[in-house]
Amino acid sequence: MSPMLLDYETLKIIWWLLIGVLLIGFALTDGFDMGVGALLPFIGRNDDERRVIIASIKPTWEGNQVWLVTAGAAIFAAWPLVYAAAFYSFYAAMLLILFALFMRPLGIESRSKIPDPRWRSAWDWALFAGGAVPATVFGVAFGNLLQGVPFQFDSTMRITYTGTFLALLNPFALLCGLVSLGMLVMHGAAFLRVKTTGEVQRRANHALRWSALGTLACFVIGGFWVAAGIDGYRIIAMPAGASAANPLLKQVESGAGLWLVNYTSYPWTMLAPAVGIGAAAVAAWLATSPRTVPAFVATGCSVTGIILTAGLSMFPFLMPSSSHPASSLTAWDAVSSHHTLMIMLVAIVVCLPVVIAYTGWVYRVVRGKVTAQSVRDGEHLY
Amino acid sequence: MPSADVVELSRLQFGLTALYHFLFVPLTLGLSWLLVIMESVYVMTGKPVYKDMTQFWGKLFGINFAMGVTTGITLEFQFGTNWAYYSHYVGDIFGTPLAIEGLVAFFLESTFVGLFFFGWERLSKVGHLAVTFLVAFGSSLSALWILIANAWMQNPVGAEFNPDTMRMELTSVSELIFNPVAQVKFVHTAAAGYVTAASFVLGVSSWYLLRRKNVGFALRSFAIAAGFGLASTLSVIVLGDESGYATGESQKVKLAVIEAEWETQKPPASFTVFGFPNQEAERTDYAIRIPYLMGIIATRSFDQPVMGIKDLKADHQKRIENGMIAYGALQELRSGEQSQKTRELFENQKRDLGYGLLLKKFAPRVVDATPAQIHQAVEESIPRVAPIFWSFRIMVGCGLTLLLLFVLAFYYCARRSVIERVWLLRFALWTMPLPWIAAELGWIVAEYGRQPWTISEILPTHLSASSLDPAQVYFSLAGFFTFYTVLLIIEVWLMLKYIKLGPASLGTGRYHGESGAPAKA
Repeated sequence: MSPMLLDYETLKIIWWLLIGVLLIGFALTDGFDMGVGALLPFIGRNDDERRVIIASIKPTWEGNQVWLVTAGAAIFAAWPLVYAAAFYSFYAAMLLILFALFMRPLGIESRSKIPDPRWRSAWDWALFAGGAVPATVFGVAFGNLLQGVPFQFDSTMRITYTGTFLALLNPFALLCGLVSLGMLVMHGAAFLRVKTTGEVQRRANHALRWSALGTLACFVIGGFWVAAGIDGYRIIAMPAGASAANPLLKQVESGAGLWLVNYTSYPWTMLAPAVGIGAAAVAAWLATSPRTVPAFVATGCSVTGIILTAGLSMFPFLMPSSSHPASSLTAWDAVSSHHTLMIMLVAIVVCLPVVIAYTGWVYRVVRGKVTAQSVRDGEHLY
Repeated sequence: MPSADVVELSRLQFGLTALYHFLFVPLTLGLSWLLVIMESVYVMTGKPVYKDMTQFWGKLFGINFAMGVTTGITLEFQFGTNWAYYSHYVGDIFGTPLAIEGLVAFFLESTFVGLFFFGWERLSKVGHLAVTFLVAFGSSLSALWILIANAWMQNPVGAEFNPDTMRMELTSVSELIFNPVAQVKFVHTAAAGYVTAASFVLGVSSWYLLRRKNVGFALRSFAIAAGFGLASTLSVIVLGDESGYATGESQKVKLAVIEAEWETQKPPASFTVFGFPNQEAERTDYAIRIPYLMGIIATRSFDQPVMGIKDLKADHQKRIENGMIAYGALQELRSGEQSQKTRELFENQKRDLGYGLLLKKFAPRVVDATPAQIHQAVEESIPRVAPIFWSFRIMVGCGLTLLLLFVLAFYYCARRSVIERVWLLRFALWTMPLPWIAAELGWIVAEYGRQPWTISEILPTHLSASSLDPAQVYFSLAGFFTFYTVLLIIEVWLMLKYIKLGPASLGTGRYHGESGAPAKA
């Protein structure tokens, strides 16, 4: 079979990076669709404006959504235990995301097909939920990962979650939910500025400024909270040269300040929170600039920085167990076999650049401003 | 272990949401290629009616496509939420085709589908045709990778159990991809999707023709659907036979259950056309049989037997007993007793480990199972016969009816007298539900027929589920039921609205119901 070009340890680090790339790819693309959905009822004050807002994401949202599907499938393939433990432990939260996602296909496709105002208003709020709910719940889930989740394995590696759904909605997790909602709203607002004109664009300027400042504030508060009040985790013993992926063989301790250890050991990692904060500030500053693309780049950088901050704080932990720290899942031991990681790496290295290339081409073809007139002209096609 | 309630509720939820997903998938698979054909004719002839056809059927395609995509995410989520132990046990293999599907196929179809609608003014004719082609190609490629994953559940090749990680691990990606079951499943399923779309276009066109609306438009659509449908139906039926052959190799149980074959017959075995399977008495009442037929289909020979259910059970009993030994050795290995002897014992028996796991439902410690418990596990190693027996026969009946429809439709198209054959138009209209019925029943045969396993002979269904509380699954089932019902009503209503509007919805001024349009365009 295919030769192992890379050793297991290297592949494990590469896969941590690749899952990061896919999750960030999701946030940068489908993230603005969600932000636009969350802003729809507020920035669009009449039917024409709302149709313009929906039309700005209509040609590309389906491709964007695939980032979520692919990130999910890649976690399934590369970190099967994380996939199992996270989706199962966060059962109700995951279904909430799913039900909210159902709002989008019919909302985007069918809203304009019936002129009745009640029909359209119902879909506007459905699209709001389709954007705001997943954006918030993903953050709440990350907030719980940072605090550790009460789960354990038995000797056959069966997972049992011992927490409750309401326990997931704790204050720190809700703050993380605000960070993720805020950052996707700011990214969505920056996208709307690029695609629209006039009144809609003017309101998007405001939305961008306030969401960027709000995100920045919540993110900074979250940082202090992690430093002062959230216990991190650390591996204190790892079986030497363990090649089989078995998360039960290590010893783990938890304690205050441990989520900051990576930043002192590797100071360059401070770049991530710095970019998260700095780029959000730049985006707020650029919110009324006549040029729209720089602010969109800034929000993209900020989103990237914020996600990387969460990942780097926890590295190598992916899903710590608060009740049985030794059951914690890490990038070293919750992974697929050497063989699978190698094959999936080849698949992703070959395919992802092609995907990014044709996605870029499609965005180029549909480039340009969306106006009430252009929506009416294109109506019969959809 | 998850409670029996949770297992049954999770099965119900996965089954219903998968069947729901497959209401949309076949139409996407087939309609995308019909759009490619229609648009190719437009590019070659330059006749605007073919562009109108592409855009009108494309509109219906668009309403359907997005629903197919989103209901597919449901299935991906459920592997984690409801089948966490499954995800752990086989994620090393099963996740790979799912992820590759996203990368090579799902991105392709979903990224270009937007350009199909918005690219008409922005791309050259050939450029737009290329976009339509990529959507169709991406859809079928997506089906291929998903069916590679599914085929691995039916016929788990290229993988091995690792006692250190307590899971199955990939040993050969080429065996996974070139799984013979995957190949036949893909051709059979994709062609079934093509039939569904052809029957859809044929039926809707017939409705226009019966009302003498948009006659030129409808006749051209009818003709393309008739040709495409005939070719596709022949493929489904011919390759359905292939599907039976592959089943004979890798899933003897499913074949025996489809045929309600209780005893191994002297080869070549006869085919039971009709009868009433009686599971308790292990016989089929009032059976009507065609001699030799099944043996020839399933084994491609006159001298190889097709195993009957009673013999399969005897075989399962032996494998369950071996599985107890394998499970005992595995437990010693997992508790740290790593001697050469235990390793060897485990290696020798591990191909029957899955059969040992079947016992967990009746004897949680497995190694101390009583003969009565073993007997229970043996009885449960065969799925219920009657639902599968009937599903299969109704599916085949639908297929043969559709073959007749497409033969007649094609014949009268060639004779250019479709519009006078009112009975043919009604036939096409009233048979529109058949491809969906056949496709759903086909999945019931494939998946219900795989019970009691999620991964054939490797992982039993009752172990695969997450350790949830039944209340959680009731909550999600209620959510799916509510959302899916509302979405389906809206979806069908929108479809009917646009079908009734017809090509007039394009606003070209050329069609029935538009001001200034001739009565018959």
